[in-house]
This record gives sequence, structure tokens and C-alpha cells, in this order.
Amino acid sequence: MTDAARTTPDIALPDAKVAGKASGQKRKGFEVGSFPGLKTWTWVFFIYLYAPIVVLVVYSFNANNRAQKWTGFSTSWYAKAFSNDDIQSATINTLIVASAATVLATAMALLAALALARGGRFKGSTASLGLISLPLIVPEIATAVATLSFFVVIGIQFGLLTLIIAHTVFCIPFAFLPIRARLEGMDDTLEQAAMDLYASRWKAFRYVTFPLLLPGIVAGAMLSFIISVDDFIISLMVAGAGSTTLPLYIYGMIRVGISPEVNVISTVMLLISLVFITAYWLLTRGDDHTVH
Amino acid sequence: MAVGAEQTRRTWWLLSPALLTVGFFMVLPMVILLVFSFMEADPYGGVDPGFTVEAYVQLLFERDFDDTLAYTGIYLGIIWRSIALALVATVGSLILGFPVAYYIARQNTRTQNLLLFLVTLPFWTNLLIRTYAWILILSTDGVIEQPLKAIGFLDGTLDMMYSNGAIAIGLIYTYLPLMVLPIYASMEKLDFRLIEAASDLYAGRYRVFREVIVPLSTPGIVAGCILVFVPSLGAFVAPDLLGGGRKLMLGSLIHLQFASSRNWPFGAAIAMCLLAIVMIALMLQARSSARRRAMEVA
Amino acid sequence: MVEDGRTAIDIRNVRKVYGSGGGAVTAIERASLDIADNEFFTLLGPSGCGKTTLLRLIAGFEATTEGEIFLYGDEIEDLPPFKRPVNTVFQHYSLFPHMTVAENVGFGLKMLGRPKAEIGEAVERSLSLVKMSDFARRKPSQMSGGQQQRVALARALAPNPKVLLLDEPLSALDLKLRQAMRNELKTLQRETGITFVFVTHDQEEALTMSDRIAVMSNGLIQQIGSPLDIYERPLNRFVADFIGDTNFVEADIASVEGGVATCQSAGGLEMRAAVVDGHGVGDRVTLALRPEKMSLAASANGGAATPGRIESADYLGTSTSYKVMLDGGVTLAVREQNPVDASTVLAAGDAVHVSIPVGTARMLVD
Repeated sequence: MTDAARTTPDIALPDAKVAGKASGQKRKGFEVGSFPGLKTWTWVFFIYLYAPIVVLVVYSFNANNRAQKWTGFSTSWYAKAFSNDDIQSATINTLIVASAATVLATAMALLAALALARGGRFKGSTASLGLISLPLIVPEIATAVATLSFFVVIGIQFGLLTLIIAHTVFCIPFAFLPIRARLEGMDDTLEQAAMDLYASRWKAFRYVTFPLLLPGIVAGAMLSFIISVDDFIISLMVAGAGSTTLPLYIYGMIRVGISPEVNVISTVMLLISLVFITAYWLLTRGDDHTVH
Repeated sequence: MAVGAEQTRRTWWLLSPALLTVGFFMVLPMVILLVFSFMEADPYGGVDPGFTVEAYVQLLFERDFDDTLAYTGIYLGIIWRSIALALVATVGSLILGFPVAYYIARQNTRTQNLLLFLVTLPFWTNLLIRTYAWILILSTDGVIEQPLKAIGFLDGTLDMMYSNGAIAIGLIYTYLPLMVLPIYASMEKLDFRLIEAASDLYAGRYRVFREVIVPLSTPGIVAGCILVFVPSLGAFVAPDLLGGGRKLMLGSLIHLQFASSRNWPFGAAIAMCLLAIVMIALMLQARSSARRRAMEVA
Repeated sequence: MVEDGRTAIDIRNVRKVYGSGGGAVTAIERASLDIADNEFFTLLGPSGCGKTTLLRLIAGFEATTEGEIFLYGDEIEDLPPFKRPVNTVFQHYSLFPHMTVAENVGFGLKMLGRPKAEIGEAVERSLSLVKMSDFARRKPSQMSGGQQQRVALARALAPNPKVLLLDEPLSALDLKLRQAMRNELKTLQRETGITFVFVTHDQEEALTMSDRIAVMSNGLIQQIGSPLDIYERPLNRFVADFIGDTNFVEADIASVEGGVATCQSAGGLEMRAAVVDGHGVGDRVTLALRPEKMSLAASANGGAATPGRIESADYLGTSTSYKVMLDGGVTLAVREQNPVDASTVLAAGDAVHVSIPVGTARMLVD
């Protein structure tokens, strides 16, 4: 090649002799795209994320009757918390509201997901999607006071019913998202194949769509349930005197002065959430290889 | 086409329960809230009939005994603190979360899934409890102070609770996963060969970061910032528990008007301001993503 | 078109437009064709030509915008897919992932409400037909692509449809498997006597398996005919170009005698080709010449060969492909079988003589 005009980037290659000298040592090499300290930073991140949770669990075994000062190990607060009548009734309220909201929200979300994922493109599909995800966008405090005002206007008694209604509304998008994700990951030729093989629309749903969608439905229901159980701000606004939920009870206890009982309920609720979310994760993890 | 019309009808039937529920119990209440903000306050809570912009006037002015309006910066100060703290939370989450998102995106699929799971896990646990845990950590004689005192490093108290800093820590802690996930999502789509190509074309680590990684993960960064900023702005739990009700933010101010102050129109008006700020933030994001799409098409 | 036997599928003036108004996309401009009973019929064309749309119209996954489709004399336009006695083998198989192979294959008959015993027999029969009897209890995810392909075939055959629709079923398989499956599909079609409508973009697949082929492009059927017809007597430039390699030479008709025209190209190359309707003396026409029909020789040998020079020679293993610049200025691609002693092949720069046997040039409609 006599291409004299060609320019070579002005980069000095390392001297062969120098490189040879270093060969005895362990060579570090350059890993493309790596940055120093990235791993350490990630560790710091996860410590920040999990330290409070660990602290909470540890302090639920605190013997002291002031929650934040550690004096010794004890399980006595567990015994106290579990025999507390208020906590028991708050737990029952929480479960009633969460179950009802989960069933309602999941059913509606399923229908909506089927419509949006299989109905093709139609006028209003974007708007419908926007409306369904509205509860995710509006700040919770605004939703809470709006719902409160609404219930006052229509003159409904505050109690479990108002809680269930409010929870159902904000659970819909949480139930909707995993179901829709599953549906979109699902090849729609499977339904066509079923119909090609003489399955009516209903039978195609019953034998093909539904069984394949089930993990998504369960995931959506679990997400709704956990969101409902954990909800605080909206519940604070629309709960009645006899319909205290667990987060409301915890808030009340924190307000009046912190007793280690709070740590106990918090730890228990935390563990329940962790179990649910882990189960959810295991359910949706297989999405990639079960469908297709 | 008859088939198309029938399909559309079925689609609407399936959609209607969800749409009606959200419409009736979410959109309608918002409208009612808007109406409330223009009504007169009832001293016992709720509203009295009559149109007035008093609630909005109240945001800026104080009514003296002789009914003259005097400018007051109290509420603007709270709005400003809310925006400032929300921005601090956003930037803090970005600094803390961006490298982590990048680290996760570089792992194999198995590790990626596990790390993402660990990022989201605390997010699904109770917000109140997560924030409460910070009280245990930050309070006088808490997890930080107690050992410091024990080894003699600290005398007295650091007084970490009930400060803007405590609120910021709580906000970052609460919404951090919402920053990591979208950034991860756009980085995961990023073709790693592009980084190799940049390295091949003589870009060092810093240049690769600046010229390739950041520009290509911008959609995720913008989405993450919005996702952290919006809920931080209306946060109630963190300022209430970690600010001790002394450092008010918009969320706690709204709650206060509906709970103890019993000035519903004023609370409604603040809620409308909050929604307006949120809407502006969302529109800015929509505009930037539309511009990006237009650039990609061109 | 079909002279003997019954007509399985009769497509009349079918048109398919997606969407409406400004965003409308026409998938099928207009298509009419007959498919005979017991025929292996192939729809061939590049992607986006409308072949898959036509198949989906027959299956009932899409509704026609205009026109009619008859299945053994009955209009099927208003029937949903689950009431049409046709079954489809999908491009990516679309096996139900939550069912075993046996459940997949028996699905159609189960939906038809057939008794269990009958379903069991049919499943066994179909699986043995595709040599997959040992896999009945497997799940689709536990099988290779080729095996899934066979199961998809068995599933579509089990209800004994009148017509089997195959949507590029071999495209996801690797080359060796694809070639083996071609023979099997052909055999299967003969054994079962079911009418096959096969969609592909692979000309070799179409040529080796089909009784007849419809070549499609831009939503229009360009030519229907046997593989021989399509390759040897392409009607127009698209068909000649899409199937095999072709030289296109512009030429003027100098004279016509007994249906055969003598054409003169730029540079004085003279070729004879059958006249197509609508062309006469003085017209500028396009002639198609297959590279392998012509031959090269180092010397003239006294015949009617045209002198030229080799511009490039590409060694292809079984043959060598040459670009020859004729002395008159026309460039032709010529393919020669490689001789026993491959070192004697011609090289770029060599002077050669190209002989074009009578019948090589084919006049095109456009």
C-alpha cells in the first residue's frame, strides 16, 4: 500500500521492552466499559436500601420500652402485640379491605388488559390507558383529599365501604400492568391457532389465553393486595372511626410516642410484604421462557 | 367493516368497568376538589356555598383585622421548600442510582434479575414503616448516635431529626427504586458494542461515559427524575415523620387543611397547585421525549 | 385455469386494505385464482407482497375488503376461523406452551367435541405420520425447532382438514433440516390427499415442492403456472428477476415470421424469441436470457457465436459465473459448469465467444 495520504491516529504504542518487563506481574488489562469503584458504590447503595429494614427487625427485639434506644434482647413485645385487641381488629379490617379491593381491581384490570392488548388499535386506546394509569400519576395526597371531598358530597358513611372503593381505584393500575405485560409477551397467533382449530372465541380464552395468562393475573392480584395492605395516606382520609387499618394504627402509635410494639407490627408487616413480593417475583420471572 | 365495528364494541364493553370506576371515583372527585377550591370555608370543616377566590388569595396574602391584604411568604416558602426538597431528592437519587443502574445493566441476565428484585423489594414494603425505620436510625440516642456516644466520639446530640436533611434522606430512600428502574431499562437496551466502538475510536472511560452512556440513557434519566420528583413534591409521610410537622411540605400542608385546620377550600387550592406543578413536569417530559422521537425519525 | 378435478379454493377479485383514510395500506390490490383439489399450491413472493395476507384471508383471521372466497363451492366470507374446515401451520409453530404434544395435536378434535377415543386415535395417527409418536408426552419447550415444526404439522392435520394452509413453515429451520422437510411435506401431501396452500419467499422451496406456483408482488399476482412454466417462461420482468438469475437485454423487433421475432439489440447482437401479444415490428422490447443456457468458448468454432471479453470470473464451486462484455457493448452474465480440470477455467481479460442457442431469449410483456 502506497497510500501516503492516509493518516494514522497519533497514538504511541507501549514500548515492547517495557511491556515485557511487566509481564512477570499480574496483568490488569483494560475492561471496556468498566468504571473504578462501581461495585463498591453498588454495595453502598444496597446497604443504604436495606440498613433501615435490618434495624427495624433488630429493634423489634429491643427490651427497652422506648423504641429507639437499644437496651437488650427480648421477645416480650411480640407477645404484647399479638394479644393487643386493637391490633387484631386493625388486622381484620386491613385484610377485608385488601381482599375486596384485590378481587374487584383484578377483575376489572383483566377485562381492560384483554381489551387493550387484543382489541387492536382503536380511537381512544391511548386515552383509556391514560385513565387507567391515572392513579399512578396523581400525587397520593391529592387523590386522598379529592376522594374525601367526593364522599362528603355524596353523603356516604365513612367506613370499610369507602376504604374498599378508594383502594379498588388505586389498585386497578397495579393489577393491570403485570396482566398486560404478560398478554403483550404472549404471541397472539396462539389464540389464532386455537380458533383455527375450531375453538370459539370463549373456548380459545378458556383453554389457551386464560391458562397462559394466569401467572400474570396472580401477580397482578398480589401486587394489588400488597399495595392495599400498605396504603396509608388515602386510608387516613377515608377511613371511619371503626375501620382503622394497620398502617393507620401504626401511625397513631408513632404519633403518641414510640413503643417497641410498633417495631413488632412493622416487622411482621414487612415480612408479609417480602413474602408476597418474592412470590410475585418468582411467578413473573419465568415469563421469558414459558411463553414463546 | 362489520367485523371491525363488532370488535370495537366488545373492546369498549371490556374496558368499561375499569374506566367507569376510575372515572367516577377518581376523575369526578378531582373535579369536585377543583370546585371546592372556589367555595367558602366552613369553620367546622367542609365547604359553604358561594363562589370565591379567597383560597387562592390566601396563598399569597394574609387578611389583616381591618380586611386589608398583606403579602405573606409563608405558603410560598412551603411551596419553595417542597420544590427544593423534591429537587434535592431527585438529584440525590440520580447520583446514588445512576451508577447502580449501569452496574446492574452490565451483569448477566440472572444476576440482573436478582439485583433488580433487590432494588424493588423495599419499595413494596410499607412506606410508613420504611420511613419510621429512619426515626430509629436518626433520632437522639438512635442507631447512629448510641454507638458514637458509647465509644466517646459524641457528646450531646447530632440533632439529625426534624431537619430538611432528614426529610431529604427519607425522600431519597422512599423513591430511589423509581430512579434506578427506568435508567436501567434504557441502559439495558443500550447496545454494549457501542461502548466498544467508542473505546475502539479512542474514547477513554470518561469520554465513553459522557459521549455514549449518558446520551443514550437520557430517556431513562428523564423518566426517573420525573418519577422521583412528582411523588416527592406531594410527599406526606417523610415530612410528617422526619420533619416532625415543623418543616412543612405541600403534602403535609394539604393534609393539615383537611384535618386540623379545617379550611377545605384552602387545602383544595393547594392540591390544585400541586397538580399544576406535576402537570408542568409531565408536560416537560412529554415534550422532551417527543423531541427525541422526532430526532430519531429524522 | 383448472381443467380437471374439483376446485378446492376459488378466490375471486379479492382486495384487502388495512386501515382507512390517509393511513390506509393496500395489502392485496386484486387477486383471483383457483386452487384444485389435491393440489400442492404455492404462493411465492418477497416479503410484503401480500402472500401471507391472502393465506390469512383463507384461514379467516382477516376479513376481505372486497371480493369472495369459495371453499369447495361454498362462500366462506362470513365464517369465523373456527367454522372453516381449513387448518394452518403457523410460521413460528404457535404450539400451546402449557399443553403436551398430544394435547396440542388433539386440541382441534376436542374443540369439535369428538369422543376421547377418536381423539386418541387421531392423535396417534397424526403423530406417526410426522414420525413424532415418541414425543406425545413432551411439552413444546422440551423440543427442537424441527420437532416443534412436525408437531405443528400433526396438529393441523389431525382434524383432517380439507385444506392445509402453511405460512412459511420452514423459514425458522436451518438449511439441512429445511431440505429434508421439503421432501417430507411433498410426500405427506401425496399420502393424505389434502390440498396444500404453501406460502414462501424461497424460490427453491417453491420450485421443488409445488404442483403450481402463484408469484406475487405488490399485492398482485404476477404469474400462475407450474414450476417449469414459471422458470422457463416467465411472463414479465418481475417473475424473471425474482426467480433465478437473468440477463435483461433491451432490443428492437426487426422482423416477425411465424410467431418468432428477430430482435436486434444495441451493438448488433441478434436474438430470436417468441412474440408476445401486443408487440410488433419496430417495438422496443425486453428479452430475458438465463445465464446457464448460454456457453462460452475460447475460439469461434465457426458457429454463430458472438465475440467478447471476460470482465470478471467468480468461482462458485460447481460452476463459474462470468461477466462478459460483448464487442457490441452489451454485458451478459454467463454461468458455466466447471470442467473436470478446474484450472482450465477462463479468467478475466480472456477473449471469448458467447453462443446463445435458439430459444434462450424470452420476450417479456413489459
